[in-house]
Amino acid sequence: MTAIHEATADPLLALQGSGPHELLRFATAGSVDDGKSTLVGRLLHDTKSVLADTLAAVERASLARGHDGADLALLTDGLRAEREQGITIDVAYRYFSTPTRSYVLADTPGHVEYTRNMVTGASTAELALVLVDARHGVVEQTRRHAAAAALLGVRHLALAVNKMDLVGFDQQVFTAIRVDFDSVARLLGVDDVVALPLSALRGDNVVDRSEHTPWYDGPTLLEHLEAVPVGEDPALEPFRFPVQYVIRPQTDEHHDHRGYAGRVAHGVVRVGDPVVVLPSGRSTVVAAIDGLDGPLDEAFAPQSVSIRLRDDVDVSRGDLLAAAEEAATPSPDLVGDVCVVSDRLLAAGDRVLVRHGTRTVRAKVVAVTSRLDLVSLESSAYSDALVVNDIGRLTLRLAEPLAVDAYSLLRRTGAFLLVDEQDGSTLAAGMAVVTRCSED
Amino acid sequence: MTAVRRLSQLDALEAEGVHIIREVAGEFERPVLLFSGGKDSVVMLHLAAKAFAPAAIPFPVLHVDTGHNFPEVIAHRDRAVQEYGVRLLVASVQELIDSGRLRERPDGTRNPLQTVPLLEAIDGYRFDSVFGGGRRDEEKARAKERVFSLRDEFGQWDPRRQRPELWDLYNGRHRAGEHVRVFPLSNWTEVDIWEYVAREGIALPEIYYAHERDVFLRDSMWLTAGEWGGPKQHETVERRTVRYRTVGDMSCTGAVDSTATTVADVIAEVAISTITERGATRADDRLTEAAMEDRKREGYF
Repeated sequence: MTAIHEATADPLLALQGSGPHELLRFATAGSVDDGKSTLVGRLLHDTKSVLADTLAAVERASLARGHDGADLALLTDGLRAEREQGITIDVAYRYFSTPTRSYVLADTPGHVEYTRNMVTGASTAELALVLVDARHGVVEQTRRHAAAAALLGVRHLALAVNKMDLVGFDQQVFTAIRVDFDSVARLLGVDDVVALPLSALRGDNVVDRSEHTPWYDGPTLLEHLEAVPVGEDPALEPFRFPVQYVIRPQTDEHHDHRGYAGRVAHGVVRVGDPVVVLPSGRSTVVAAIDGLDGPLDEAFAPQSVSIRLRDDVDVSRGDLLAAAEEAATPSPDLVGDVCVVSDRLLAAGDRVLVRHGTRTVRAKVVAVTSRLDLVSLESSAYSDALVVNDIGRLTLRLAEPLAVDAYSLLRRTGAFLLVDEQDGSTLAAGMAVVTRCSED
Repeated sequence: MTAVRRLSQLDALEAEGVHIIREVAGEFERPVLLFSGGKDSVVMLHLAAKAFAPAAIPFPVLHVDTGHNFPEVIAHRDRAVQEYGVRLLVASVQELIDSGRLRERPDGTRNPLQTVPLLEAIDGYRFDSVFGGGRRDEEKARAKERVFSLRDEFGQWDPRRQRPELWDLYNGRHRAGEHVRVFPLSNWTEVDIWEYVAREGIALPEIYYAHERDVFLRDSMWLTAGEWGGPKQHETVERRTVRYRTVGDMSCTGAVDSTATTVADVIAEVAISTITERGATRADDRLTEAAMEDRKREGYF
């Protein structure tokens, strides 16, 4: 017991820990009544992340609603309409930390119509925590949530089999659900899957190990969150750098300074590395890297830096610097899976904006070629419009070429948005599926 | 040189904050940074300076001045503006009251009144993007706030009309008259702010550290005596050792008992505190269960 309790006792230990204090972003999803809000509330409560005044407010509100004791679900219901209707409308972000890690939790609502929220939460998550009710097991929504997480490239899936207290902490019930979910995960191609028997209401196996599951020797939920690997190894990915802004001091001291500011999306870059400017295709060499605290020999994802180039090439916001040997080829055609996140439907012939990295270009939807059934996990040939919460495959024709990577290989430079040209609203989240290797 | 290429949580938050600030500078015509001299706005200004170095910060800062200021904070505001080399604009609640366009509230609290001069300044200067120091850990309505938060031409926030925010592709497109509030510190917690202040050696107004002060107790908060409504007859003034966890309008920002005189002391204190930052120190958030949500809808920070 835990590191958490020690953390509160010794704040300096909590803050410094022993190694680097890391940040893990994860998303939660569950159907209505799976007890997700209660689980999130429990996680916050048992990691001592809920402070006395917040808890007192929850207790008052619980009493006013006629509940016994504090209804931990109220910790996460933020907006008035949500409290009134007892539902969660929107993705909410929660924060807690332990001696080893800080956590950003994207708490996504679970209604059928809110696939877009799951997609939003999963887009920045490294782990997805999917809830099921032990009495109902894997249901349609479970498959939908797992599929959305897999599609968004979340590599770690955790299944919280909640309400184990209502099935008498029966090992066979848990095992059957785990086996069921494993087959879903296999179908989706997710390798790292962990199932946990929990009772969020009573706190079993959330932070503290349960006395009711002697047959379970896996981690508690928090132990799992503490152990799951964070981040990718930038050394294994090719360098990608969308240019955000050109830094030109125009002072006597720095009159020739021209720094291309941005955040390394993927990979590692070193001074002296050959790079190519996309989409123009001009080649040059990295002359200097300015980090936030001074010059660097190398920079890696996801650092924010400023890069100076050896040659006086034309580079501005919207351009992408890439490793010369492993650059994507710019193309005026883009094929991608999209999840529609607005009420405007998407159909062939529509004119939209495509936002990729820091570049925005005009585009036309050439065809809607298929629609993914998240329940059967099968794609059906399709030529009609996609509506909100649909996931389908589109072919787009771009007014200017973009150097897009395959989302399955490079998440940040394989992702794109479709944006409404008129009102600027975000229409769809896109994941590029077709890409050309530099060799092609 | 180590082969492990991983960022600590502070480095990750710093990289994210700088990325957000550069996105705004690249995407918008007329950004402005809200600057009160409080710790979150000082950290935001520090990030902006790092984002554009060795060039100057390419936008001005705006202080929405309630007229009920802690003198130490105003002094720090002016020092920081000088040090970071930015242009300071001030939107004054007092001026609007003097000209009759804004009326003093019966309780004397001016935090809710800041919305009017803020929106007038946004209109007057035609700002299209406004950096705020809001953090999602502060309050439950803020927990659902976007990093890029679209406001209509009345400055209003409609939680149901916010855009889904995917990956780090922030969508800042807006129609004429609309503007976007941007929160680079969205994912920071109070402890992160203090750890960053310690690491970067950032100077803050003295009132964030323990000092002796004449205060009186109201709603279980220590308030500073002043012409804006305190102490009342039954409230007695006493001298205590306190510090402030937030700085806002003097009439509704409470101090906490504290002996923390250094950044390290403060970090230790915050880490074991059992009360949230706003709960401990902000009378205006206690007005109703949805006080922050209501003010945000009207165009508050």
